[in-house]
Amino acid sequence: MMNKPKEMNELLLILIFSAVVLTMPIWLSPLGAAYPDLLQKFAIFGVFAIGYNILFGLTGYLSFGHAAFLGVGSYTAVWSFKLLSMNVLPAVMFSVVLAGLFAAVIGFVSLRRSGIYFSILTLAFAQMSYNLAYSVLTPITNGETGLQLAKEDPRILDSAVVDGLPSTNFFGIELQGFSGFYFCAAFLILGFIIALRIFRSPFGLKLRAIKTNQTRMRYTGFSTRPYLLTAFVISGMYAGLAGALMACTDPLAGAERMQWTASGEVVLMTILGGVGTLFGPLLGVGIIKYFENIFSAINEQALHAIFDFLPTWLEEFMVLITHPFVGEGWHLTLGLLFMLTVAFLPGGVMEGIDYIKKKMSSKDTDETEGTSTTKTAEEGSSS
Amino acid sequence: MSNSKNGSSCSRRTVLKSGAAITAASTMPMFYVKDAWAAKDFRNNPGNASTVKFGFNVPQSGPYADEGADELRAYKLAVKHLNGEGDGGMLNTMKPLSLKGNGVLGKKVEYVTGDTQTKSDAARASAKRMIEKDRVVMYSGGSSSGVAIAQQSLAQEMGVIFMCGLTHSNDTTGKDKRRYGFRHFFNAYMSGVALGPVLEKEYGKERRAYHLTADYTWGWTQEESIKNTTEGLGWETVKTVKTPVGAGDFSQYITPVLNSGADVLILNHYGKDMINSLTQAIQFGLRDKQVNGKDFQIVVPLFSRLMAQGAGENIKGILGSTGWNWALSDAGSQAFVKSFGQEYGFPPSQAAHTCYVQTLLYANACEMAGTFYPPEVIKQLEDFEFDGMGNGKTLYRGADHQCFKDVLVVRGNQNPSSQFDLLEIVQEVPRSKFEYDPAIFGGELGPYEV
Repeated sequence: MMNKPKEMNELLLILIFSAVVLTMPIWLSPLGAAYPDLLQKFAIFGVFAIGYNILFGLTGYLSFGHAAFLGVGSYTAVWSFKLLSMNVLPAVMFSVVLAGLFAAVIGFVSLRRSGIYFSILTLAFAQMSYNLAYSVLTPITNGETGLQLAKEDPRILDSAVVDGLPSTNFFGIELQGFSGFYFCAAFLILGFIIALRIFRSPFGLKLRAIKTNQTRMRYTGFSTRPYLLTAFVISGMYAGLAGALMACTDPLAGAERMQWTASGEVVLMTILGGVGTLFGPLLGVGIIKYFENIFSAINEQALHAIFDFLPTWLEEFMVLITHPFVGEGWHLTLGLLFMLTVAFLPGGVMEGIDYIKKKMSSKDTDETEGTSTTKTAEEGSSS
Repeated sequence: MSNSKNGSSCSRRTVLKSGAAITAASTMPMFYVKDAWAAKDFRNNPGNASTVKFGFNVPQSGPYADEGADELRAYKLAVKHLNGEGDGGMLNTMKPLSLKGNGVLGKKVEYVTGDTQTKSDAARASAKRMIEKDRVVMYSGGSSSGVAIAQQSLAQEMGVIFMCGLTHSNDTTGKDKRRYGFRHFFNAYMSGVALGPVLEKEYGKERRAYHLTADYTWGWTQEESIKNTTEGLGWETVKTVKTPVGAGDFSQYITPVLNSGADVLILNHYGKDMINSLTQAIQFGLRDKQVNGKDFQIVVPLFSRLMAQGAGENIKGILGSTGWNWALSDAGSQAFVKSFGQEYGFPPSQAAHTCYVQTLLYANACEMAGTFYPPEVIKQLEDFEFDGMGNGKTLYRGADHQCFKDVLVVRGNQNPSSQFDLLEIVQEVPRSKFEYDPAIFGGELGPYEV
């Protein structure tokens, strides 16, 4: 696993990744997912999950409170829109910095413990932030209603007066629809490059060593906490960036972004896709967001349309048995999928892909016996 | 060795593939630019298509799920009637009527549904899917004012009309009103005005009120409106406490009421929250108490039959206001109750009523305008006066997109004759009583063209 990615040229990997991300509007359209809002969600949650994976995937510290940083990022961005300018650049910068500071504080306290105690501490902090945003800090967060733009906001850097509410822009480019997606995608690619460098750096190796055996690491003379805190802050900044991007594409921030279910969602995404792998969390994001947005919208009418080709009685029957699993029941399907993944593929979807790859390459081996026996042996050891 | 060789052959192919992909990606913006030009007339123009799509975005989970389910039933019924199926419901009673029962402008109506989860984020994501993917010309739904306001501002950004479902906050057509959002339902201010005289008659002028309030826009504005009314009667407000939405357990909020010296508890809660808080208040024995020499009373300013059903016995004798009730005897209400009953086997709730009416009103406005072009449709809806849809003669006021119609003051029925006969109508308050000046809530509608 560890030396395998090194064999793949970094530049090439980045190029392929960028191409895949930027062509999403094309290859996702047969799946009915190529509309701007969902594409933006893919990219934004991709950033979130990549960042989360730097902490959870590399160090093994399971944080249950990352939604708090997402929320901080969103609120900061919306306040930047309200007070400074509708340009997204300051919003993104402030969000990342503030989320990083916030993460440093929470990380400093939480990282004094490890394992389950760390998880509980982060969960407690996140829930605390959520409740603060929901009630006590209502003047800043506008509570349950959510923080929104208003026409009378100062916006000291913007001079132009518009009819109605202004929209977010990046030096004049309005960030709605597909331009919003490409903006988020650019950050996803940037985030991916940074994560890739971290994964392959000595710093990443140290984080992995913490995951493998922290005690031994300490015996060799390393103080592990600064590394852990750095990883925590970096992943918090990623979450802040994701929160800012959410606000950029849709200038509204609500407290529910900080709820524990939102923290749980990114854990699910990472585990479903494959913890500690570069691409796994992104696959997890894709699957969960697809379910949430597409599966949840299939109603009885749509099912009838799908099974239209069957004879009437069979159509009715198929609609009857599939109906509980789509529409309102999308959580049920997702739960089943998650259970199956954890039971049979503990390494997530990435483990499944590796397994298929191995099967394919061993088939190759049978055909061209002898020449590549060393290769299969290597692959076997690497995964 | 073999490994690196394998790697390079693989990479050549992937380079070719990704090269092709990049070319495709670079040409892509042009598609969308073209698309943008074509859509310049307006977003989601159905053009020559034989069908037109509506989006119904309701809470299918969370504290308002019961209302959401009933709203969805009403929407489906409205689509049926628009397409000329079923018995036509209110199409037979609505005046003036431009609809012909052959869809809207000759196009058959289809619909897509979504779950708002009673969260602003989820609701906007779901609405954006409807607009961007399913290309709806109008979307509708409700049950939480926070969510409705979030969707309404999205409507303005996107240039697609949002017909609010159940939303009762003053802000929806007050400080957060939008040109692309319309509300048929009544608001907290009207509840206050309607309830005032009845409260005075029943409970007198010297009372001490304690508010428990759902902590969001609707709760805030309702608390304010009811407080203004009761203080105008001479009541004293002991305390107002905000409670989180979907709290489930309200005992920690109800215990302090017992020793506060208050003799009226006002529950600014809705949906499952109201069912829980009311049930717990009754279990705590509040209604059996005597405070300041008076019987302790509970008031629920916004009532619905669905909530009454959930609260069961506890609702008996409790006063509140409601926008519509199935027991109304006018022709429009009767026609709607009849076709809803035939379809689903039970009478509709007020949430169902407002959603049904909103769908018909939008369709009718398109028919009158002769186009789906939103600015024209909006102009038809503004200051539109109609009758025969329950609540008597109704005006869609252009200045704030708020409907003005009669409001009902109701009481939990002491001797229900059936499982649905839960609310007894105390008074029908005519709309002239609360036709307020739109300026009092501030806000700005925004432009027609976006």
